[in-house]
Amino acid sequence: MGRNLYDKVFDVHTVRRLSSGHYQLFMGLQLIHEVTSSQAFAMLRERGLDVRRPDRTFATCDHIIPTTSQLRPFGDPLAEQMIAELERNCREHGIRYFSPVEGEHGVVHVVGPEQGLTQPGMMICCGDSHTSTHGAFGAIAFGIGTSQVRDVLATQTLAMARLKVRRIVIDGKLGTGVYAKDVALFLIARLGVNGGVGFAYEYAGEVFDRMSMDERMTVCNMSIEGGARCGYVNPDTTTYHYLRGRVYAPADADWDRAVQYWESVRSDSDASYDDVVRFSAAEIEPVVTWGITPAQSLPVGGTLPSAASFPERDRELVEEAYRYTGFRAGEPIKGQKVDVAFIGSCTNGRFSDFEVVAKLLRSASYRVADHVRALIVPGSNAVRRELVDAGYDDVFLNSGFEFREAGCSMCLAMNPDKLQGREICASSSNRNFKGRQGSPVGRTLLMSPVMVAAAAIRGEVADAREVFSIGPDQAMESQP
Amino acid sequence: MSTARLPRVSLVGRSIAVPGNDIDTDRIIPARYLKRVSFSGLGEHAFADDRGQLRDAGRLHPFDDPTRSNATILLVNRNFGCGSSREHAPQALMRWNDGLTTIIGESFADIFFGNCVSLGIPCVAVAPADMERLMAVSKSAPDLAITVDLERMQVRAGSVEVAAQMPDGARQQMLTGRWDATGELLAGLPEAQATAARLPYLGWACGGNGSS
Ligand code: SF4
Repeated sequence: MGRNLYDKVFDVHTVRRLSSGHYQLFMGLQLIHEVTSSQAFAMLRERGLDVRRPDRTFATCDHIIPTTSQLRPFGDPLAEQMIAELERNCREHGIRYFSPVEGEHGVVHVVGPEQGLTQPGMMICCGDSHTSTHGAFGAIAFGIGTSQVRDVLATQTLAMARLKVRRIVIDGKLGTGVYAKDVALFLIARLGVNGGVGFAYEYAGEVFDRMSMDERMTVCNMSIEGGARCGYVNPDTTTYHYLRGRVYAPADADWDRAVQYWESVRSDSDASYDDVVRFSAAEIEPVVTWGITPAQSLPVGGTLPSAASFPERDRELVEEAYRYTGFRAGEPIKGQKVDVAFIGSCTNGRFSDFEVVAKLLRSASYRVADHVRALIVPGSNAVRRELVDAGYDDVFLNSGFEFREAGCSMCLAMNPDKLQGREICASSSNRNFKGRQGSPVGRTLLMSPVMVAAAAIRGEVADAREVFSIGPDQAMESQP
Repeated sequence: MSTARLPRVSLVGRSIAVPGNDIDTDRIIPARYLKRVSFSGLGEHAFADDRGQLRDAGRLHPFDDPTRSNATILLVNRNFGCGSSREHAPQALMRWNDGLTTIIGESFADIFFGNCVSLGIPCVAVAPADMERLMAVSKSAPDLAITVDLERMQVRAGSVEVAAQMPDGARQQMLTGRWDATGELLAGLPEAQATAARLPYLGWACGGNGSS
């Protein structure tokens, strides 16, 4: 029996078995940001410990940085304090910091890959649950808490249990107007928000083989919304092509060595798994969430389900969702009014996410509905620059979108970008939890960037395929 | 460095129940309370938004219920702690009033569970039907002490006695007082060095400057 990528990468990073039965694992890379690291550095200082491998630790700031002006000091003194603290810690310990001053910053899960830091066969951790994003490269990458950030800073190792591995195969070809985000939301709806607890997800099959790296990142990103701490796609030529020439990617003679290692960690064709599930791409439609968990979603053409249509155990949560959102079972999701549109985040804040929208907007001079506040927030400053170079900033501005600076922004609203009162936001982010976007009673509808754009234009939830006349003959290439 | 703490063998205390499936860490501690460089003072903001909304509706969240103010054992349902990896969530729970020491639930999200282990907070799982019974007992008898016995893997509440589950690794950490992993990880550094030396990728030359 062959081995899967998870097991191979796990084994090569295993230091030893601990008395608890957990494994001590070497971390090839730790990424840090301002929100979950300061307490870890403080604990380190308290114990008189140093950072073990500053050369394998990289930092940026994303969560609380404002996206209007990033001039210092920030308007919010707490934000200023947190970022100043991160900067001090990086200076003190010799950690490379991708800073706003140099214009290298952005959401940590956008910056790592674009710098070429994220590579196949690595074990990667970060004090953020969406670290699963990096699995798109065939890395084993997962989020950790602050005490574990401290452990990794101090030892570059971590105590962890071995996960089980579920292979998720999707055969066939996605329909036009169906995107990676729809795949992610579809899987969560099918497998449940806790279906992945205790598992690493391996995404395989034609749909993932055909995806760009940006698209693979979107799906791996939301593994955690399905309960899986990490998710990965086996590395292939798409991966290598993306990496080649990036700042921290292996160069010169080491490139060939790298590809050799990367090929060696791919799951064997006869690898064993703890579970295998299979879907067909034809089942996947553009998806919109309507509730307070990412699994509470439906195809855009659907009507809101009644609590009675759910198994007994889920009904209470469905009723709670309706109480919170104010939607009613039996109504179509299409036509629900939206107040805000947000395109960005580590799920859908990469160049191709914006490019596909910009091209559609440009095709017929679409305009954002008068009552909608629409935000374009690039996932990183590099993404922002690329968009400006392509002239897409003008496309967005002319269509009535705001074109902001890079950061997490309205994904979790730790900066000034927040929903007000009971506003409804069509959002390309990853969580629709109560209060997630900054207003304790604000409402979030998750969907793909193109669907967000369609909602922004119509002022209500709409089928992007109709709004933009995306026909089967206009097969969309989302990757530049 | 010694990092062994007082073992967690049997935890006894009054209970507080927060029913509901898939309660995420954004609800346990909303993001705006993460704007700080230490964990102190987080306790009073646990479930801040849920509490505020119930208060506005003229109702009482369990965390505002005076009969529960000295509870130390939290009862929850399925997939508790899903969402963000923020350790602020268990940090807020262990800092609420007298501090919650133990969580009993039907199931827990992976990262939340791991964060709790790092802080010495055992999260034990019981069957859904048993949770229903425990919540019923807790509701009818706020003063009743509940016992979470990690040796026998049992939860006892008055006449109710139910089996509990916990992955053995985490359970051992609780029983031996060794949930703070730093010490043991430091002891493994020589071997970690050898592992690092085996990894093919640490020495690769790259186009950029690898260490600022
Ligand atoms: S974009 Fe959102 S989900 Fe991603 S790291 Fe930032 S806050 Fe977290």
